[in-house]
Amino acid sequence: MTRVLLMVGTKKGAFLLESDEARRDWRVRGPFCDGFEIRDVSYDPADGAIYAAATSPWFGPAVFRSPDLGETWTHSSEGLTYGDDGPKLTRVWSLTPGHGALYAGVEPAGLFRSDDHGASWRHVEGLRRHPSTPNWMPGNGGLILHTIVPQPDDPQRMWVGASSVGVFETTDGGETWAARNHGVRQDYNPGPPAEVGSCVHKFALAAGTEQTLFQQNHCGVYRSDDGGANWQEITGSLPTDFGFVMGAHPRDPRTAWVIPLTTPEHGRLTPDAKAAVWRTRDGGGSWQRLANGLPQENAWLSVLREAMGVDSMERPGVYFGAQSGQLFASADEGDTWREIASYLPQIASVDVAVLAD
Amino acid sequence: MADVRLPGNLVDLFPGTPRRLELPGGTVREVLASLDARVPGMHDRLLSAGPEIREHIKVFVDGRQAELATPVAPGSVVHVIPAVSGG
Repeated sequence: MTRVLLMVGTKKGAFLLESDEARRDWRVRGPFCDGFEIRDVSYDPADGAIYAAATSPWFGPAVFRSPDLGETWTHSSEGLTYGDDGPKLTRVWSLTPGHGALYAGVEPAGLFRSDDHGASWRHVEGLRRHPSTPNWMPGNGGLILHTIVPQPDDPQRMWVGASSVGVFETTDGGETWAARNHGVRQDYNPGPPAEVGSCVHKFALAAGTEQTLFQQNHCGVYRSDDGGANWQEITGSLPTDFGFVMGAHPRDPRTAWVIPLTTPEHGRLTPDAKAAVWRTRDGGGSWQRLANGLPQENAWLSVLREAMGVDSMERPGVYFGAQSGQLFASADEGDTWREIASYLPQIASVDVAVLAD
Repeated sequence: MADVRLPGNLVDLFPGTPRRLELPGGTVREVLASLDARVPGMHDRLLSAGPEIREHIKVFVDGRQAELATPVAPGSVVHVIPAVSGG
């Protein structure tokens, strides 16, 4: 039997929701990692474990691991440090499995790698050796490394994104990194566009491609067909150029989802108090508004950068959560929606895994 | 040996750990090192880089707020207290 597992990170712990392949009825469990703020929850198909990026106001940052879908949890911070002489590591923000390892993005921005299922970590030092590091500036959410995208066919190649620094790519397993922000607007920068200082919010690799990337930035939506070397703006008919999430289709490289929000000056909320997801079927050439089943009245939703997930079912499901605690699900690529949880704590992240018994 | 008292939300992270332990050490730093040796991982929960006691953790020795270098006499009571914070 196929099961779909939704993993939700909130300000007050992690929650798990489980459904069958119809994705209509969901059983909610939680909170897990009690007392910790959870910024990301990931499932690693290599070991069948769930990992949570956690930070406690008292006990600091840690990565939690559950080997049994939430029944039991352990945690570790061993090696999650820049050293006693380095900057204090304040938060674990993102977790991504890839090439047999688990990667963690942290604040202040940096990348860590675990080769023992999260029991211990080592700093991928090459990224912070980039000559631009002294100029890295935090965004509203902090100086965070929030996006980690391994190239599935090349264990030496990976992209990461940090706010408000930009996209970086390595092709040598993390030893050296190159900034990949050419063509992205920096409207807040009075000078000429800089190599870094790009406020990337989220990006994703188009399915089955070696290097086509979709990006939601502070200043527009973009696509790159050359691994980030050059970005073309595809904001097009979207109602605003601002938003946080970026969802990519699991098989169709031309399909992606975004949630446009009002600009920071106007609150980062769903425009006109109507919730809507927008989908492109042609690589960003055009966009379709999807709102069937979403609230269209008095709906001032704030959806953060990790708070969208896309499953890998034959007809992919799309999921997103709001800071006001509502969780929405679509089992038909966004054509129709249902509210599947209404009163969760502030939602920071939504991830999804398809489990086959 | 110091008489060390730990908060409930800390020991909950390390199943099986008692809230009260007898641990050796002549300073707070040494007592916390003994705690980490007894319960691996405690160091990271209580100390940040530096090392320093985490911002929202307080340690008291015989009722007085302490630093890492504060002496701990045999029989001293060492309280580890999470600050009142959150929201």
